[in-house]
Amino acid sequence: MKRLVGLAALTAALMCGTAQAQQITVKIGVMSDMSSLYADIGGPGSTAAAKLAIADFTKANPNVKVELLSADHQNKADVGSSVVNQWFDVEKVDVVVDVPNSGVALAVSEIARVKNKAFIVSGAAASDLTGGKCNANTVHWTYDTWMLANGTAKALVKTGGDTWFFLTADYAFGHALERDSGAAVEASGGKVINKVRHPLNTNDFSSFLLQAQASKAKIIGLANAGGDTINSIKQGAEFGIVRGGQKFAGLLVFASDVNALGLNTAQGLTLTESWYWDLNDANRAWTKRWQAERAAAGKFPTMVQAGVYAGVTHYLKAVVAAKGASDGKAVIAEMKKMPTDDPLFGKGAVRADGRKVHDAYLLEVKKPAESKYPGDFYHLRATIPAAEAFRPLKDGNCPLASG
Amino acid sequence: MFEIFGIPSQALFGQLLLGLINGSFYALLSLGLAVIFGMLNIINFSHGAQYMMGAFVAFFLLHYFGLNYWVALVIAPIVVGAFGVLIERLFLQWLYKLDHLYGLLLTFGIALIVEGLFRNQFGSSGQPYQMPEQLTGGQNLGFMFLPNYRAWVIVLSLTVCLGTWFIIERTRLGAYLRAATENPTLVRAFGVNVSRMITLTYGFGVGLAALAGVMAAPIYNVSPQMGAELIIVVFAVVVIGGMGSIMGAIVTGFGLGVIEGLTKVFFPEASNTVIFVIMAIVLLVRPAGLFGRRA
Repeated sequence: MKRLVGLAALTAALMCGTAQAQQITVKIGVMSDMSSLYADIGGPGSTAAAKLAIADFTKANPNVKVELLSADHQNKADVGSSVVNQWFDVEKVDVVVDVPNSGVALAVSEIARVKNKAFIVSGAAASDLTGGKCNANTVHWTYDTWMLANGTAKALVKTGGDTWFFLTADYAFGHALERDSGAAVEASGGKVINKVRHPLNTNDFSSFLLQAQASKAKIIGLANAGGDTINSIKQGAEFGIVRGGQKFAGLLVFASDVNALGLNTAQGLTLTESWYWDLNDANRAWTKRWQAERAAAGKFPTMVQAGVYAGVTHYLKAVVAAKGASDGKAVIAEMKKMPTDDPLFGKGAVRADGRKVHDAYLLEVKKPAESKYPGDFYHLRATIPAAEAFRPLKDGNCPLASG
Repeated sequence: MFEIFGIPSQALFGQLLLGLINGSFYALLSLGLAVIFGMLNIINFSHGAQYMMGAFVAFFLLHYFGLNYWVALVIAPIVVGAFGVLIERLFLQWLYKLDHLYGLLLTFGIALIVEGLFRNQFGSSGQPYQMPEQLTGGQNLGFMFLPNYRAWVIVLSLTVCLGTWFIIERTRLGAYLRAATENPTLVRAFGVNVSRMITLTYGFGVGLAALAGVMAAPIYNVSPQMGAELIIVVFAVVVIGGMGSIMGAIVTGFGLGVIEGLTKVFFPEASNTVIFVIMAIVLLVRPAGLFGRRA
């Protein structure tokens, strides 16, 4: 009898064990700029995108339980670091998602490596995240500075814009974008004449624009983002930059920026994105769901928010394959092993250096008369195939790529 | 053409002029702050939010009512000024006898609430606002291209600044105001309605912020955080000029615009900190500010 009870207890314990293995719990933290210049690019819209991804995934996989947290890093690396440390140590968060602002993202990537958690970047742009500063815990999903430079700079040099002046935001992202664009310009036979570095969140660009005007460069490359890009272009129109024969290259321009500028000011601007809401039916359908989730009918999702959806989806698949989320490195390894497939970015892959590759699109802002409905911003000028859109694996100096 | 520190003189003159234009924004904003502090003893931290409201009212007028920039230039300061009057009647009037800190905290709280509400409603990336057609284009001055709009900004700002200084320092109304700040009881004894005068002064100061907001709308991004970024600089301007000194605010506003403009040429990376470096130096040498009187 005693043996029988012991056996029953053992069986019960074993069954408990199997039941627990099937039930997977994941904690996802979306960290973004929730209240300042990048809040429309990522921000609450990224949290909404993550919610959609979780809803879709848990419907198909009811054994996975996902909890979602979100936080504001205020564009400060120290604030971001302390939030992430608390998430990892106290809240037991498994993965951090989004993190626009490359300065903060580089800090978070390092913390994820040290604590063996996962980090899926969508909002940040610096190509260093999968270059010299890559690690086995980070996947860079949506876009990066090399991709932007390669798309926009190459296209403009080819059409005659062979002398460049850079207006650069003075932090990690701006420096990376300026470096990658400058390299793309020179590789295509153009020349960088000069550059000026302005502090993040500058109000008045007139002084810098005057310097750009005096340089006589054909193209003024805007290696900045958000409000800084908007102010540059708005004041550039005032100073007659475009009328004087010079042209702006928006190296990182989002749909939300075009909306803030108005098509009248932004028309003709060439830019590169990896996702545009009006590109196909799948994107349009998702946009409707996103607008409902975000409770913002007049807003349009950016590629960063789409990237959060796709990144979270692929991460959750990898968690199931790795049978749990606790080992960050193992989950990221699964993400690299599995081909990616989601409704927004289609089929693709995550490379050894953590770079997700997919097609990129060269777009041009429409004239006001050509825009038929709200959010109808771009002409598609060219599709850059995935194999060419991102920096070749061997050129990034990422130790993971060499073996 | 000659060179100064390796910069062609022509470029330098252009930068000096631009500095003056940017300074005129600082002057207009710090003027409102100086009037409010000088007359009410309130450190108005919601000034940036009120500047932002001015720009947004201009945006509403254009997009929902089809009323252009020139109408906004008159209506926006009145609307936002009325909001200021409401704030003064509801909250600020109870704080005059207390420490400065209470007014500062209250107005800071109001700024956060207002900015939060706008951000929730309109998002952070901003709203489009076109420049009025009469002011597009510009003049070639030989050493630089001066957009007509910037010329208009400097003229309007100088007029408003000097007009305000004249009213407060040289007219009977201004004399009443200054007297009411020094000794309200005595001025009341002469039959002057001091509390109404104070309320209207706050409304006027807030209106000045809104006016600057409308002037900013065609050239700066109209977003909920546009004021939060500027207000810190403007506070530094007021501190350097001397809290409450009207002329101090105007002169320092223009002067710091020029210094900031020159920094943008010689060492652009430091252009957002140079004003605070100057503030630190001024506070060490003259704690009451350049034009302030020692209490």
